[in-house]
Amino acid sequence: MLKIKNLEKIFYRGTPNENIAINKIDLTVNEGDFITIVGSNGAGKSTLLNSIAGVFPVENGTIILDNEDITKKTEYKCAQKIGRVFQNPLAGTSPEMTIEENLSLAISKSNNLSLKWGLSKHKREIMRKHLEKIDLGLEKRLTTKVKLLSGGQRQALTLLMATVANPRLLLLDEHTAALDPATAIKIKNLTAELVNENNITTLMITHNMEDAIKMGNRLIMMDGGKIIYDIPAAEKADLTIEKLLKMFEIKHGGKFNNDRMLLSV
Amino acid sequence: MNLSFAITSLEQGLAFGIMALGVFISFRILDFADLTVDGSLPLGAAVSARLLTMGMNPFFSLGAAIIAGGMAGAITGFLNTKLKIAPLLSGILTMTSLYSINLRVMGRPNIPLIGKETIFSFIRDLGIPYPWNNLLLLIIVIVAVKLILDAFLNTQIGFALRATGDNPQMIRSMGISTNSMKMLGLIISNALVALSGALVGQYQGFADVNMGVGTIVAGLASVIIGEVVIGEKSIMIATIGVIVGSILYRFSISIALNLGLAASDLKLLTAILVIIFLSTPRIKKALR
Repeated sequence: MLKIKNLEKIFYRGTPNENIAINKIDLTVNEGDFITIVGSNGAGKSTLLNSIAGVFPVENGTIILDNEDITKKTEYKCAQKIGRVFQNPLAGTSPEMTIEENLSLAISKSNNLSLKWGLSKHKREIMRKHLEKIDLGLEKRLTTKVKLLSGGQRQALTLLMATVANPRLLLLDEHTAALDPATAIKIKNLTAELVNENNITTLMITHNMEDAIKMGNRLIMMDGGKIIYDIPAAEKADLTIEKLLKMFEIKHGGKFNNDRMLLSV
Repeated sequence: MNLSFAITSLEQGLAFGIMALGVFISFRILDFADLTVDGSLPLGAAVSARLLTMGMNPFFSLGAAIIAGGMAGAITGFLNTKLKIAPLLSGILTMTSLYSINLRVMGRPNIPLIGKETIFSFIRDLGIPYPWNNLLLLIIVIVAVKLILDAFLNTQIGFALRATGDNPQMIRSMGISTNSMKMLGLIISNALVALSGALVGQYQGFADVNMGVGTIVAGLASVIIGEVVIGEKSIMIATIGVIVGSILYRFSISIALNLGLAASDLKLLTAILVIIFLSTPRIKKALR
């Protein structure tokens, strides 16, 4: 459903700081895939996700989503079919607006905006049902301003907002990295739940090798702007962190240098 | 302070209150410090006054002012979203151009409206004497504007507009163009400011090319006084705050004048007032 061909992204092109962030990547994502992405610092993981999301123009290549060429589409147009959650738990919600107002925007995402009321009884019922599922008691706090929530609560809300309109593709960029360990586990479980329940095709960057192995049905390892391994479900089942690190060292010719990752191994 | 002074302050507070609601949209909702208002306020007055001298119905002339103000906002929006000129500079550029445009619209620097039919004389002729004619009309207009604005900000588009100023990244993730939202916000904001200008012009009996100087500071003062005095728990409360802030602002100016302050020192006083109110939260924090 997502076909990336010969994708190339170069930052500061033609300057001494030129940086080839994505080096001619080909990737085909199948319907229902849940792909975890690992790699050292500067491997191009975030750049890959940002390229798909249309955050910046790419130098070369094409990105096809559902037979539609989205390579040149701007961020907000891509977002109509793509849900995203960022590392920063504050990035995905509007702090001065209430929980129900934030969710309302997410629920109306698939429709064109109109002058209809942003909130309605019907909409609130839908919201309560969704909020009950994430089990943080937020269904009783619909009129609370989001700035009053904790980072974990905000990230859970963001995750819900990113999935509630059934996006064709979900992009998660280290979305649990800024949370405390207990909250991170909750958000991970919630991620698995929401993704499985709605069968959303997902790309998830993580710095946690264990999660990368445990979660999803496919694992991609990136290095130097290239995909160095693309491990299918069958092989992934037998993976261990040690094996994965060894595989990396073979291709990379050096130790893995993701500081956050070493801490979490 | 005698009664007539109080009534004048109240009338001015209401007439300029619509401008303050406009500034509330750009400054608070969109987080866009829009200096266009120094030009769009006299633009509204100029368009309305010129049309009055040509014999247009005074109520229709308000509509024309609204459209003209919206166009001024659209130009600032275009400069910022399409040409990527910084918000502050976009507003300054439009404001500067509007000075020339306002002179063109009026054909001269000042249009007196003495003896012309205005919305206020129209109501007076219906048998409502001064000052009730002014007060009644201004209250009806500002309450209508407030209620429409409250309703709008609670629609789907209104939500998107509010989130655009609060977290643009989030609104892009929701598949909404932040550029369109900024454009829309600036159009509505300056349309209201121009409506306020047209009302002020008809109320004071003239339109003047220089009447817009310091509009943004007066607008900010009203918004901030309102936040401190009334609060900003919800949109409905915040818009009441803006109107109350505008009235309090005009009262404080009147009091300062009554105490013997020279009219020429007013701008300085306003600026100091805004600084005090803007810094109040920080000073409170530091003292805690």
